[in-house]
Amino acid sequence: MAEKMAMAKAINESLRRALDADPKVLIMGEDVGKLGGVFRVTDGLQKDFGEGRVIDTPLAESGIVGTAIGLALRGYRPVVEIQFDGFVFPAYDQIVTQLAKMHARSLGKVKLPVVVRIPYGGGIGAVEHHSESPEALFAHVAGLKVVSPSNASDAYWMMQQAIQSDDPVIYFEPKRRYWDKAEVDPEAIPAPLHKARVVREGTDLTLAAYGPMVKLCQEVAAAAADEGKHLEVLDLRSVSPLDFDAIQASVEKTRRLVVVHEAPVFFGSGAEIAARITERCFYHLEAPVLRVGGYHAPYPPARLEEEYLPDLDRVLDAVDRSLAY
Amino acid sequence: MTVESSAARKPRRTAAGKAGTTGGKTGTTGTKRTTRTTRSTAKKSTEPDLVQLLTPEGERVGNAEYDAYVAGITPEELRGLYRDMVLTRRFDAEATALQRQGELGLWASLLGQEAAQIGSGRATRPDDYVFPTYREHGVAWCRGVDPTNLLGMFRGVNNGGWDPNSNNFHLYTIVIGSQALHATGYAMGVAKDGADSAVIAYFGDGASSQGDVAESFTFSAVYNAPVVFFCQNNQWAISEPTEKQTRVPLYQRAQGYGFPGVRVDGNDVLACLAVTKWALERARNGEGPTLVEAYTYRMGAHTTSDDPTRYRGDEERLAWEAKDPILRLHRYLEASNHADEGFFAELEAESEALGKRVREAVRTMPDPDRFALFENVYADGHALVDEERAQFAAYQASFADEGGH
Ligand SMILES: Cc1ncc(C[n+]2csc(CCOP(=O)(O)OP(=O)(O)O)c2C)c(N)n1
Repeated sequence: MAEKMAMAKAINESLRRALDADPKVLIMGEDVGKLGGVFRVTDGLQKDFGEGRVIDTPLAESGIVGTAIGLALRGYRPVVEIQFDGFVFPAYDQIVTQLAKMHARSLGKVKLPVVVRIPYGGGIGAVEHHSESPEALFAHVAGLKVVSPSNASDAYWMMQQAIQSDDPVIYFEPKRRYWDKAEVDPEAIPAPLHKARVVREGTDLTLAAYGPMVKLCQEVAAAAADEGKHLEVLDLRSVSPLDFDAIQASVEKTRRLVVVHEAPVFFGSGAEIAARITERCFYHLEAPVLRVGGYHAPYPPARLEEEYLPDLDRVLDAVDRSLAY
Repeated sequence: MTVESSAARKPRRTAAGKAGTTGGKTGTTGTKRTTRTTRSTAKKSTEPDLVQLLTPEGERVGNAEYDAYVAGITPEELRGLYRDMVLTRRFDAEATALQRQGELGLWASLLGQEAAQIGSGRATRPDDYVFPTYREHGVAWCRGVDPTNLLGMFRGVNNGGWDPNSNNFHLYTIVIGSQALHATGYAMGVAKDGADSAVIAYFGDGASSQGDVAESFTFSAVYNAPVVFFCQNNQWAISEPTEKQTRVPLYQRAQGYGFPGVRVDGNDVLACLAVTKWALERARNGEGPTLVEAYTYRMGAHTTSDDPTRYRGDEERLAWEAKDPILRLHRYLEASNHADEGFFAELEAESEALGKRVREAVRTMPDPDRFALFENVYADGHALVDEERAQFAAYQASFADEGGH
């Protein structure tokens, strides 16, 4: 039975389903128990599954991921929560040097089905280290899968798939969309985890985004439609692997591409997309692939984040520039 | 160069050879400490084993080891400590109210931790260097940082708000435990320079679980760094009680690294002052690091976005309210006739004035210029930043043409 629910609730329901279905699934993290996490994503899970399944950890991210690796080696499927994007870095060593590489180093003998949940991105007026988008830092590392849902239904299903995956999955949750509601149907047949989806059809230009920027791109497309421009919006859903086929198909149709993400543009995922799509679609493109994202500057204090984050005007501006070629 | 200058710091080196190095084996610097450690090991981990000079009832009690560090304290200085605590609490209450009114995005209250912060803060000398976490408003006060400067990052107009070098008070650090290593490195530098100042790092009981804190213990012990680790055990790390971080009293951790740890009543400003003075003196004398665990309580929420009713009941708070650090000194000042009605009335007026000043400062705090985004990204400049700044300027100007954004 489909139900309308907020993204945070959808993830909660998805975790609950996974805990129910498989006794090897564990939830770990700071404050995930009684408090239900600072965003209440794990609300009520400890009450129902006990402290042995939903584990409040000491304040140590390297410890959280490192022990999750050990638990996975022992046959468990840990889903760990990093409280905020900026706090994943104490665990970065474990994620990059161990979690990402152990499968290859063991010649495929060892599997590490660990999910690292990271609420990420800005737009909620938070203090330092609570608004960053470090997805490129993880996508750059071979051995990690990196995904980011944009809506409650995807959040629900992608979590199921991430937990079932035998590879480590970095699961970026767009925190500013936590309270947005959408239909979630627990009986649906979900799309594959790493497949992009066209969320709005168009013919003039493709907007490609994931996570928090998908909603913005839909708003941009709606605004552009008022001006008679028909933009196609792609929700990439997965940053690594990236569904280049879907982007290519769309660009072959529209001949123009603008990639939008919150992370800094410089060395960001947009750069990778632009380079590959230029290779794949060189003769189809009417304009260079443009990127809209953050600046090469530290994430600013809350009162400046509106200037830093891509907004309707900045994306429309890029659309105009692309169409002007 | 570094070798010579550390050799120049003769007193510290000599003492280090004795206390630091031999202490490194056993984690004790003499029989006194051994006694303390043994005594507390025998106790249940949750049971406090406190250095206390003022009881919750405001009675002055003797302590053979630490009395000396507050022996000469004058009534005026006692009133000063009281004033510091009252004004800090007032400032904190004002900030909490301003957050509720939407003037601040967030606030991390220090309510209940005034004695730990004022006692330790007043123990420092101007040439000492302080590395706070994000809740050390009282320590900032002692260091002479204007309290309104602390509010910028919580209002969202900057990510710091003061020059760390003007008061030897480093910027607030939000990533848990990071600053313990900075403090240690700074202290290593102090030692290399042959200076006789000390360094103090603040962090919480939760932070004690971080690798960075463990590594700072290792480095400070190995290099005999003149650093004091001041852990405010306020019993909670957001929703997690101290038991979720450790199975032994936190101060005992130090023993494993080879330096002394001591637990002080964190709601007793005199004891905090005395114990921190002792620890800073050890550092100055070349005896290396010390861990001070101030056993205290966070009376409010973790921050204004926290909801403590989800994880703790009222009884605990009520029990701690009886140990309120301000009330305790108030009782002592009255009983000892060190302060009269006039003093308290004057302080109340001063407190009102501070509240007013803070409110006005916050409400009139200007938003940063949008070009601040690109300021200070690098010390030397960077072509990409210049390019993006120019693009940003052109983009902003395009709105001006249409009559503003
Ligand atoms: C590396 C890191 N992980 C998580 C957080 C989120 N966080 C902020 S404060 C806090 C609890 C800190 O508790 P404690 O160290 O006891 O200090 P207190 O706030 O109680 O003074 C947590 C988990 C963080 N800031 N940094």
